[in-house]
Amino acid sequence: MLSVTDLTMRFGGLKAVDSLSFEARAGDITAVIGPNGAGKTTVFNCITGFYRPTSGTIVLTHPAGGGTFALERMPGHRIAAAAKVARTFQNIRLFAGMTVLENLLVAQHNTLMAATGFGVLAVLGLGRYRAAEAAGIEKARFWLDAIGLTARADDPAGALPYGAQRRLEIARAMCIDPVLLCLDEPAAGLNPRESEELNQLLLRIRSLGCSLLLIEHDMGVVMRISDHIVVLDHGQKISDGSPAEVRADPAVIAAYLGEGDEDEEPA
Amino acid sequence: MTALRDAFLSAIVAFGLFGPLVGLVTANGEHGLALTARPIATAVIVGLVFFGRLAMLSWRGRTPRATNRALAERITRSGKYLTPVLLIAAFALPFTGSRYYIDLGTLVLTYIMLGWGLNIVVGLAGLLDLGYVAFYAVGAYSYAILATTFGLGFWTCLPLAGILAALWGVLLGFPVLRLRGDYLAIVTLAFGEIIRIVLINWVSLTNGPNGITGIPRPTLFGLAFSMDGGPGTFAGFFNIEPEVIQRIIFLYYVIFGLALLTNWVSLRLRRLPLGRAWEALREDEVACRSLGINVRNTKLTAFGIGALFGGFAGAFFATRQAFVSPESFTFIESATVLAIVVLGGLGSQLGVALAAIVMIGGLEVLRDLLSTLGDQLHSPFFGDIANELPLYRMLIFGLALVVMMVLRPRGLVSGRTPGVALTKVKEIAPELVAQGRG
Repeated sequence: MLSVTDLTMRFGGLKAVDSLSFEARAGDITAVIGPNGAGKTTVFNCITGFYRPTSGTIVLTHPAGGGTFALERMPGHRIAAAAKVARTFQNIRLFAGMTVLENLLVAQHNTLMAATGFGVLAVLGLGRYRAAEAAGIEKARFWLDAIGLTARADDPAGALPYGAQRRLEIARAMCIDPVLLCLDEPAAGLNPRESEELNQLLLRIRSLGCSLLLIEHDMGVVMRISDHIVVLDHGQKISDGSPAEVRADPAVIAAYLGEGDEDEEPA
Repeated sequence: MTALRDAFLSAIVAFGLFGPLVGLVTANGEHGLALTARPIATAVIVGLVFFGRLAMLSWRGRTPRATNRALAERITRSGKYLTPVLLIAAFALPFTGSRYYIDLGTLVLTYIMLGWGLNIVVGLAGLLDLGYVAFYAVGAYSYAILATTFGLGFWTCLPLAGILAALWGVLLGFPVLRLRGDYLAIVTLAFGEIIRIVLINWVSLTNGPNGITGIPRPTLFGLAFSMDGGPGTFAGFFNIEPEVIQRIIFLYYVIFGLALLTNWVSLRLRRLPLGRAWEALREDEVACRSLGINVRNTKLTAFGIGALFGGFAGAFFATRQAFVSPESFTFIESATVLAIVVLGGLGSQLGVALAAIVMIGGLEVLRDLLSTLGDQLHSPFFGDIANELPLYRMLIFGLALVVMMVLRPRGLVSGRTPGVALTKVKEIAPELVAQGRG
C-alpha cells in the first residue's frame, strides 16, 4: 500500500537518505531498522510530510480502493487529514497541559470541526455538534479502554507515567482513523512488561485493519511482531525481507545486529 | 546576619538609584536651573527598601512553596463565588449614580473586553501579539469614518467595524504566522505602529493627527440621547428630563453587554474543536500538524476572532469619546492590554477581569488615595508632598507588578480548566500548561 521509490533526502552536503526504495504491504507490520544515523527518522519525516524529499516518490494506495496519494507533494497536515497517515514521535509530543481525553479529541479535530457549521452554529448551541462530540468521546473511550487509561481520562497528559504517555500517543494517532500508522521508536524507554503490552497493542491495531510502519531498536519487539523488515545503513537499504531472512543476512549482521552480541538477539 | 547584610546592600543599591532620582530636584534658581536636595524623601525610600528587604527575607525563610500552592487553589475555588459577585457588582454600578464611578467602570470594562479579546490570541493560541492596539484602532476608525462619511448608525457599524478589524487581523496573519515567538512579537509590534503611522499620514481619509470629531453617539432602538428632549429622543419618549448621566449609563451598559458577549463567545469556543485546537497549538504545534490540523488556518482564526473583539471595543471607544485621533492608539495601549492578560493569567477569563480592575481601576484609586494622603501629610517638613505624592503611583504600581510576578509568575488565576471530561472536570496545574512560543 505504501511504495517508496528512489527516495533521496539531502541536507546540504549530507545525503541522509540515498535512493531508497521499499514497499509496505497492507495489513502488515513493516519495521525499519538500522544503526543510529542510518536515516530512519528522515524517511519517516518524508513520509509524514515534515520534510520534502529532494527527489523520489512516496505513493500511498488506500486498501479497498480508497484512492492514491502522492505523499511527497502533499502539505503536512493533509497527509494526516486526507491520506490518513498518522505518526508518533521519538520524543513524545503530547499536549501536556490538556487532559488525556482532550488529547484524543484534538486528534478528531477535522471530523468534529466539520460538525460545527463553521463554528457559528455550534457557538450558538445549534446543529449537530452535540451528537458529533458524543461520538468523538465514544471513540476516545474505545481507545482509552484499549490502552488501559480510562481511569485517568481527566488527568493532564503531562502527569502520566512515561509508558502511559507512549501508549496515549499511539491512541491519539489512532483517533484520526489512519490506514497507516508510523511509529518512531515506540518501545524506547519501556520496561520488558510495558514493551510486551506494546506488542499486544500493535498487534491489536493491525487486527483492526490498520497497517503499521515502525522504527525500532528493540529487537525483541521488531522480531516478534513485524511481518516485514527493511534494514537501512548510511541512508541506503542493505536488506529487506521477513524477520528470519533479515536475521540471517550477513550484511545486516555486519552492519547492525553484530556477531554473537547476545543482548541484541531476540530471546 | 546574612539577612541584615543583604538588606544593607539593597539599601545601598536603592540609595544609588534613588539618590539622584528622588533626592535631587531641579528648580528655577536665581541663575537659571539649580539643584535642591531632598534628604528626607531619599531617607524614607532607602529605609523602606532596607526594612522591606529584611521583611521579605524573613518571610521567605518561613513560607514553604506549599502555601503558595494552597493559596492558588483557594483563589481558583473562590473564583466560583467571585464571578457572580463581580457580575452583580458590575450590573449594579450605575445605580450608584456617580458619574465618576460609571466612567471609571466603562473604562475598566473596555479594558476587560480588550483583555478577553487578546486572551484568545495570547492565552489560548499562545501567539504573542504586541500590536493588538492596531485592531482597536481599525475598529475605532472604521466606525468614525463610516459614521461621519455615510451617516451610518452605531449598531450598523459595530459589526462592520468588527469585521474590518478581523479582516486586518487575517491580512496581518497571513504573512507573519509562519514566524514564531520573539519574531512574531516584533512583527505584530511593527504592525501596530504601521497602523498608527498610516492613520497620522493618510490625512485625506483620517484627517491626520487632528483626528475625527463629531462621531455620532449610539441610540437605544433609534432613541437618541440628546439634550433637547424632543420626540424621538430617549428623554422625550419616556417623558423624563434629559440628563447627561442617562447617556453615560447607557454607554456603560453597552460596553457591559459587549464584554459579556466576548466572554460568552470565548467560553463557548473553548469547548468546541476550534478552541481545543488553539490550546493544542499552544501546547505543541508539530503534534497538531501530525494530527491533520491546518496550523495556519487555525492560527488565522485565533488572530481574526481576537481582532474582531478588538474592533468592537474600538468602535465603542470611538462612539464614547465622539472623537478619535492616532494618539489614542500608541504602543502603551497594547502593552497595557498584554500586561492585563499576563497578570491575570494566560487563558483565564476571571483572571483577566480581575487584572483589568486592578490595573485600570486600581491605578485611579491609588491616585486618589495618594493625593488624600499627601493632603494629610502637608507640612513644611515634607515640602510639596501634596502635589508630588500622586506622581509616585506608577512607581508603586510597578513595584506591585514585580512583587506579583515573583509570587505568582503564572498570573492571578493560573491553571487551566478543561472544557470536557469523561467523569469529572479536574483543574490542571499551571506547571503543566505550556505558555506558547508563537
